[in-house]
Amino acid sequence: MAGNVVTLTTTNFDETIKASSTPVLVDFWAEWCGPCKQIDPVIREIATEKAGALTVAKLNVDDHGDIALRYNVMSIPTMIVFKNGAEAHRLVGARGKAALLADLAAHLA
Amino acid sequence: MTTHPHRKVIIIGSGPAGLTAAVYAARASLTPLVIEGEPSSTSDQPGGQLMLTTEVENFPGFPEGVQGPELMQRMRDQAARFGAEFLTEKATNIDFSGHPHRVWVRDDEYTADAIIVSTGARSLMLGLPNETSLIGHGVSTCATCDGFFFRGQEIAVVGGGDSAIEEASFLTKFATKVTIIHRRDKFRASKIMQERAFNNPKITVRWNSQVTQLFGEKKLEAIEVTDTNSGATERVALGGLFVAIGHRPNTDLFAGVLDMEDTGYLVTQPGSTRTNVAGVFACGDVQDHTYRQAITAAGSGCMAAIDAERWLEHQHATTSK
Repeated sequence: MAGNVVTLTTTNFDETIKASSTPVLVDFWAEWCGPCKQIDPVIREIATEKAGALTVAKLNVDDHGDIALRYNVMSIPTMIVFKNGAEAHRLVGARGKAALLADLAAHLA
Repeated sequence: MTTHPHRKVIIIGSGPAGLTAAVYAARASLTPLVIEGEPSSTSDQPGGQLMLTTEVENFPGFPEGVQGPELMQRMRDQAARFGAEFLTEKATNIDFSGHPHRVWVRDDEYTADAIIVSTGARSLMLGLPNETSLIGHGVSTCATCDGFFFRGQEIAVVGGGDSAIEEASFLTKFATKVTIIHRRDKFRASKIMQERAFNNPKITVRWNSQVTQLFGEKKLEAIEVTDTNSGATERVALGGLFVAIGHRPNTDLFAGVLDMEDTGYLVTQPGSTRTNVAGVFACGDVQDHTYRQAITAAGSGCMAAIDAERWLEHQHATTSK
């Protein structure tokens, strides 16, 4: 579905990042993180604009700390691009839309 | 390249100074455009330094305290209510040499009669070789964002001002032990903050100490602490290091155009917010290294809007004669 942001949980995480035909951008976030809230609308715009080339998903580290721990996420927002289930690129820290798109350009399908 | 409709006032920056200026300018029907900045994990972001804080206890009118990001959202809503417009981008270039004043966001050009500069200050980093690559891997500039990940660990905070002590106190919610590393033998922080640190059993202080090396490849493992008196070094194992060593004004954009001190702070004419360029005003931390409070920034933002409004009236009176 175009523009949808997938909500990841411990149950669907592995399946989502492995089964996707496009790269998956996972945004690790939490309710209490100001910069995470600021990039949320940016992430959603990118999901709409890059639908078909990129799957955008969000993982709440408060609810699913086990996954954050598995990927050694120690700072949020952290955004990881997964290709075929494997980490291809990692971005730590919030940034504007233009900068985020530039960082992602090489990893879009 | 796009040129946008001419404005009376453009405000660059959106901390307490910029947003207060926006409230006043908007209520004076000047429909200011606020170029508010871009999302970032540093204090250089829309809303400014308060976006990385938690409880603000000293802003008048909030006896029960208020969360920093909430206070900023309220100021932004208040400015928007009176017609301020917002652009969530960073100004990338300026030209204040003629009339109108010009500001660019990449290739987009914006013009205005008056400019209010409220770009604030950003957190300083230690400047150690592998510091940048360890951000997000044990080195942090945002305790409120990252404290959670250091549950049950021993960590350190570098710095001696209010923000260092606030971070250290906040981090004791998660960490088993927090060491404040400070290069002097006393804190710059306010007395109430100092007492809070001294009374917290999880906080210890290493005076006269500097962090001189960071160890760890994929993740911070230890730091080297050097005693500033004896020069003795010690390797200290740590899970996390939070940097809060002070601020530098965001004035790179104005180099060679606006008068500034050696430290980069903009110079304003005494008793006003006027800079050396007619029609350009400065307010908030970008021109204040003395007080640096949300309320003083807001106060000077109000001054800048009034100065700009009077200057515009004067210009109008002179040109229409």
